[in-house]
Amino acid sequence: MPARASTGRRIPRGLHPVAWWLWAAGLAVAVSRTSNPLLLAMVLAVLGYVVSARRTDAGWARGFKYYLWFALIVVAIRVVFRSVFASPVTPDDHILFSLPRLPMPGWYAGVQLGGPVSLEASLSAALDGLRLACILCCIGAANSLANPKRALRVLPGALYELGVAVTVSISVAPQLIDSVRRVHRARQLRAGRRAGVRGLRSVAVPVLEDALARSLQLAAAMDSRGYGRTGTASRASRRLTAALLLLGVVGLAAGMYGLLDNTLPAAFGLPVLLAGSLLCCGGLLAGNRRVSRTSYRPDPWRAPEWLVSGSGLLCAALLIVAGSVAPAALNPSLYPLSWPPLPVLPTIAILLAATAGVAAPPPPARLPVAGRPVPARTRVAA
Amino acid sequence: MIRFDRVSVTYDGATAPVLRDVELDIPEGELCLVVGPTGAGKSSLLGAVNGLVPHFTGGTLAGRVTVAGRDTAHHPPRELAELVGVVSQDPLAGFVTDTVEQELAYGMEQLAVPAAVMRKRVEETLDLLGLAELRDRPLYELSGGQQQRVAIGSVLTAHPRVLVLDEPTSALDPTAAEEVLSAITRLVHDLGVTVLLAEHRLERVVQYADRVVYLAGDGSVTAGSPAEIFRHTSVAPPVVDLGRLAGWRPLPLSVRDARRAAGPLRAELAGREPAENTLVEQAESLTARRVLVRHGELIAVREVDLTLRRSQISALMGRNGSGKSSLLWALQGSGPRQSGTVVVRGTDPKRLPVAEARRLVGLVPQTPTDLLYLDTVAAELAQADRESGRPVGTARQLLDRLTPGITAELHPRDLSAGQQLSLVLAIQLTALPEVLLLDEPTRGLDYQAKQALLGMLRTVAGEGRSVLVATHDVEFVAAVADRVLVLAEGELVADGPTAQVIVASPAFAPQTAKILSPLRFLTVQQVSDALAGADR
Repeated sequence: MPARASTGRRIPRGLHPVAWWLWAAGLAVAVSRTSNPLLLAMVLAVLGYVVSARRTDAGWARGFKYYLWFALIVVAIRVVFRSVFASPVTPDDHILFSLPRLPMPGWYAGVQLGGPVSLEASLSAALDGLRLACILCCIGAANSLANPKRALRVLPGALYELGVAVTVSISVAPQLIDSVRRVHRARQLRAGRRAGVRGLRSVAVPVLEDALARSLQLAAAMDSRGYGRTGTASRASRRLTAALLLLGVVGLAAGMYGLLDNTLPAAFGLPVLLAGSLLCCGGLLAGNRRVSRTSYRPDPWRAPEWLVSGSGLLCAALLIVAGSVAPAALNPSLYPLSWPPLPVLPTIAILLAATAGVAAPPPPARLPVAGRPVPARTRVAA
Repeated sequence: MIRFDRVSVTYDGATAPVLRDVELDIPEGELCLVVGPTGAGKSSLLGAVNGLVPHFTGGTLAGRVTVAGRDTAHHPPRELAELVGVVSQDPLAGFVTDTVEQELAYGMEQLAVPAAVMRKRVEETLDLLGLAELRDRPLYELSGGQQQRVAIGSVLTAHPRVLVLDEPTSALDPTAAEEVLSAITRLVHDLGVTVLLAEHRLERVVQYADRVVYLAGDGSVTAGSPAEIFRHTSVAPPVVDLGRLAGWRPLPLSVRDARRAAGPLRAELAGREPAENTLVEQAESLTARRVLVRHGELIAVREVDLTLRRSQISALMGRNGSGKSSLLWALQGSGPRQSGTVVVRGTDPKRLPVAEARRLVGLVPQTPTDLLYLDTVAAELAQADRESGRPVGTARQLLDRLTPGITAELHPRDLSAGQQLSLVLAIQLTALPEVLLLDEPTRGLDYQAKQALLGMLRTVAGEGRSVLVATHDVEFVAAVADRVLVLAEGELVADGPTAQVIVASPAFAPQTAKILSPLRFLTVQQVSDALAGADR
């Protein structure tokens, strides 16, 4: 195993995408176990640090701030909803202000609008929202750190066609946007903006016809280059592979849900996850045997990958343990209203996840393009 | 290497076969040029080599097509991928991955080439096509010529024995086209790859061809050496036209061969001047001063001064990325213009609502089909009448004057490139603009369609309007333009009568000028007029 030089320069390379996803999944599991605002804020800080330290300059890597904005919107929506829809108020609550009650018709009597808005209710909504937002940011961090297309290339041979379909659809989005911009500009030459269905039709029809023509060209090109060779796999073996994979993926999803949701019994999460992974492996092995396809320069899995994924998964494990050892600190009660405690074990666990920012090799730098600062994307700009 | 055995191709719903009883035998290592007017079946012929016709496109193929002994009836295109590589006109539409290196490797991955071999082949292909410093660049950032070379490289890494290219240089400026063609000829001569190439702009490529396959348009196909076939084709580059006019035998195909044969012709034309369109000072119709167009950080048009006069056809030339499109859109008023003035008939088109601006300046964009969104030609023309506020039937009359014979019930997307261009031209002319701007109209047009466009533009100019055409096509400019403007890096570097500007530089000179230099004849038409004038 190549040694990681502690003093010398490390060779910049991109980390294996699965390592980043495992790290992010571990953090997401950890976040789902706590509603302590200090811990959640620490997780956000860790995410921000790792993303800014290890993200590349490519276009897809710059989206993390949109996830943060989205997180803010989620929290705001939660607070607003809790304020608008009346919730039971206990005598201990600190009332902030009172919204006028709106009478609801008899058939909708279960919901009440308006009423007093208490600090505890708003805080509880905010913390819930913050937890959800942190999970979203974990996924956003994984998307910003690992090129989604390279992540799809890692898919084993049996899932290859699925991966290609997703890859192609990811590339279609910028082309569609380009097409819409071009057609919208061309509309100025004919009749300007038209409201309503007519106007939409005059933009949508050329764009869709364009998209259809391009997709046919792409399909012809891929066919001519050999995509879709089935090798020697027989129909029955392909059906078996597909069935095993489908069941396995369902098992994985159910197991993951069981781990993230702590209202379900502990016996549900882990065993279902393991069963699902076994089925998946079986399906992949069955599929791989017959598929003839090689991979160009696959990402290696070395020490940094182990360290990064290990730190995320260890963080999740430590928080699950802390949840059974000292649950009160992880989910502090709002009554009485006081400053939340900072438990030691979860803090260490989250800081451990932050070491991924150091363990991962520095990202490869893109050499600046001499001359044109703006890419000549299509012939539109020239 | 490639054999066509009494091949007929008929598409579903078509009344007549596109190709009829084609017999063709292309030996290994030849550069074979496929020529013919639009709609003659060139794409069908090229598609049949690979098996795309009929496996992908549908239709019926009668007869046998064999490539290196393999029959395409039993092998769909993906089975022939290591034998035949296909490159289409729009390389960006055929790219599957993000960067150059991954695109080169993609074909080999599908063919299960071992990893070590893949690495080696990618490096070789990068060197062969001169792409080594582009290996990590995203594909959408490359220029047109670079994209086309990457597309060739991506099929080349599978080491195919046949390479099929469908109009590879149609979207490229002359320099980029030269790069791509030299890469192709290097493949033929150094690697022994058999290349099948369909092109409209023959002047660049005819000298490299070993064999020409001519599709007349009625489904029949004749093949032979270039000098034989070009004696009788309807499509021919200017050097061949001149050779046919002057009766040179054997027919020269390159400028050098033509110059060697042109001694007597030069002597005959020695005293005569070509009938040049002298620039009569007409009234100004469009005046632009210090136009500045900026796209973010990039300055596309740098303080350009421009005047267009009535009844004059001007050409705007310059390499890809020099700012031609940006300038045209800024003149029309719909495009961004950060500073400067544009005055047409006393007003600035930018400040007017769209319907009014159309009556001052009409623009036909690079992709004319962006303007078409209705189901039939008749519906588009009726809509054009409504939009321009003209009586019913104006657009139809204009279209019939430009290109007769377009049936009203056809879907606009089913028309050929030339017909689509005339339809959009008719739609824009319905508003009777003072100034007509065209952005790269000659892309994808064959010689006959270009002749038709030439006639259309002369008609429009004859009515007193100004025309400005942005194009790469030097032959077209030599035939149609009175005045040429050259744009480089957003600045006007030349502005003068056609004969002065395009003869001055060797890169821009049309073939006739290069052959007959130092005489200042620009087109074969001028030569034949001069000869006919002398005979009288």
